[in-house]
Amino acid sequence: MSVTDELKAAVQAQTNKSGDAGHPMEDFLRMDRIPHIWCPTCGIGVVVNCFARALEKIGIPLDDVAVVSGIGCTGRVAGYVKIDSFHTTHGRAIPFATGLKLGNPKLKVVVISGDGDLVSIGGNHFVHAARRNVDITVICVNNFNYAMTGGQMAATSPTDSILTTSPYGNFETPFNLPFLAESVGATYVARWTALHIHRQTEAMIDALTKPGFTFVEILAPCPTIFERRNKFGDGLDRLNYYYEHSEIKHGEPTANVDVGLRTKIIVGKFVDKDRPTWLDSMNSHLKRKLGDRFTPYEG
Amino acid sequence: MKADPKGVMTGAHYLDGDHACCEGALAAGCRFISGYPITPSTEVVERFASRIPIVGGVFIQMEDELASSIALQGAVWAGKKAMTVTSGPGFSLMMEHIGLAAMTECPCVFVNVQRGGPSTGLPTQPAQADMMQARWGSHGDYEIIALSPSSPQECFDFMIDAFNISEKYRVPVMFMMDECVGHMIERVSIPEADQIEITERNYTKLPPGEYLPFKPAENMVPEMCKVGDGHRIHVTGLTHDYRGYPAMNPEAQEEQVGRIVRKIRDQADDIVRYEEFDVEDADVVVISYGITHRVAVQAVRAARDKGIKVGMMRLIIVWPFPEKRIAELAEQGKALVMAELNYGQVFFEVDRCAKGKVPVILAGHGGGTVHETDYIVSKIEEAYQCR
Repeated sequence: MSVTDELKAAVQAQTNKSGDAGHPMEDFLRMDRIPHIWCPTCGIGVVVNCFARALEKIGIPLDDVAVVSGIGCTGRVAGYVKIDSFHTTHGRAIPFATGLKLGNPKLKVVVISGDGDLVSIGGNHFVHAARRNVDITVICVNNFNYAMTGGQMAATSPTDSILTTSPYGNFETPFNLPFLAESVGATYVARWTALHIHRQTEAMIDALTKPGFTFVEILAPCPTIFERRNKFGDGLDRLNYYYEHSEIKHGEPTANVDVGLRTKIIVGKFVDKDRPTWLDSMNSHLKRKLGDRFTPYEG
Repeated sequence: MKADPKGVMTGAHYLDGDHACCEGALAAGCRFISGYPITPSTEVVERFASRIPIVGGVFIQMEDELASSIALQGAVWAGKKAMTVTSGPGFSLMMEHIGLAAMTECPCVFVNVQRGGPSTGLPTQPAQADMMQARWGSHGDYEIIALSPSSPQECFDFMIDAFNISEKYRVPVMFMMDECVGHMIERVSIPEADQIEITERNYTKLPPGEYLPFKPAENMVPEMCKVGDGHRIHVTGLTHDYRGYPAMNPEAQEEQVGRIVRKIRDQADDIVRYEEFDVEDADVVVISYGITHRVAVQAVRAARDKGIKVGMMRLIIVWPFPEKRIAELAEQGKALVMAELNYGQVFFEVDRCAKGKVPVILAGHGGGTVHETDYIVSKIEEAYQCR
């Protein structure tokens, strides 16, 4: 099946499901905020759609879920989902989510934000939340640039990317996010592209149902800036590029999954391991040390 | 409601201000601190880390002050009473999140045990030079409330007030200690839990669908909810409407930002708190706060002994500022001396409110230690002579 056919089938499936009752996503979206601000063929909407489906498949009551975003194009996700949602400051979605989760451990707390937000300005929080194994899921939409501000180079921009602050091509080495996430302790690490709607949904289900700091990277087209400046065409052309250049390698050592400007893209589930969460460690450790003097913390 | 006895260490204790501040927070119902070590505030979080496993709650040491100043806001929206603790350099890093707390009307407490600055400054020595930063440090227009204790007992007592006020006005409260007050050890008397009045968070009784998280209610302050209650709220640092939805236009700016300023300014008469003595017959009034208040008391007594009719005004809540009272004192022709551990911060507010009617003299000091009593006396004499 071609990419276009696959997309058509997905749209048809949604349409069939909802009949004529309204938008298939209206239970999940703040319809009074639609239309959204994202560009035509931007990949963020796909991620929101897959996230909604993942929650639906898990069957978790939406009142028990909270979404936290930072600043940027993906930072706007929090404003469109019809669940408790927080649009925080640039780079600080993860520490806000940490406080929210520890304040009420019964909540399912999900951070959805962009690459610049999570691993550049927010990089320190990313590494420490993973190290502590705070029980949150982080979904990173990686579009390889700072899109909201007009397309500046980012910590994830492949070497040689043309962007407004790398007009002659980026000469820096970008982060390999799965490698970063694994090395600082994430219990689950997967990467998919915006093309892989079923697989990214499954990855989100895995990540949302696994205790600890779980991380899903979604490579997403930025048609207005990254694709245009780097001659990848529009968003659909970029999906075709993903189709032709993605290689699924589950369990691939994350050190091998760098993304170059025009190299193949390794996708798959790379890490799935068990570690006690921060809160489990706190409760078990303090119980051991303090005995009956300890007041177990459940929120 | 009354305090939860689990957090109240009833009895007479010998504590420094930092430890007393922690006990005040526990008595006030604080069950979450996200902190980062920094002299001279560290003892607050050290004590909390030791006490909270027994009381029941969370201490998390974050990776920096950027993180600690927003993690507490997550905990607040989860339903906890929460605070963070820092000193000058950390306070500078927290500025953006003080703005977030003001904009999203997140009730919480920021403790700043002030040390000499700027930059790394004097880590182990006192100053009161973050007062204007506490008021204006984040970008944009907003108002906060700031308290200043001058003893360990007040660190305990005023912390309870700080949490209560933050809930009443849905505002971040700055608790402006200094190194001397933080590290001086004195008797601290902690009452029974049923003697401590606690302001509960004003949770809405409206059902989901009707509740609007930023619609002003009593005293211009919107009701609160917590995550998981089914209201499915949206909270953003962007200018927003009653629903919390981004609304980036001048009307929404006036409605939301205008209100978070007005809810404090227009109700300042209810919020301001100060104490005075010997003011009635005074020709000169010394104004001070925090540790400097204790030196100023000595100076006022010494000047009285010299025959100068001098009184004392001590600010407990520094922001909002008691503008009307300062104007009254000036109207009555009383020369004013502002004593503070900086080169003039609250001084400019006193000067502004006096409107040129009386001399306003700064008894400033760059910090590192407290004022010499004689220096404040000399400023009292100067004010007396040029009134």
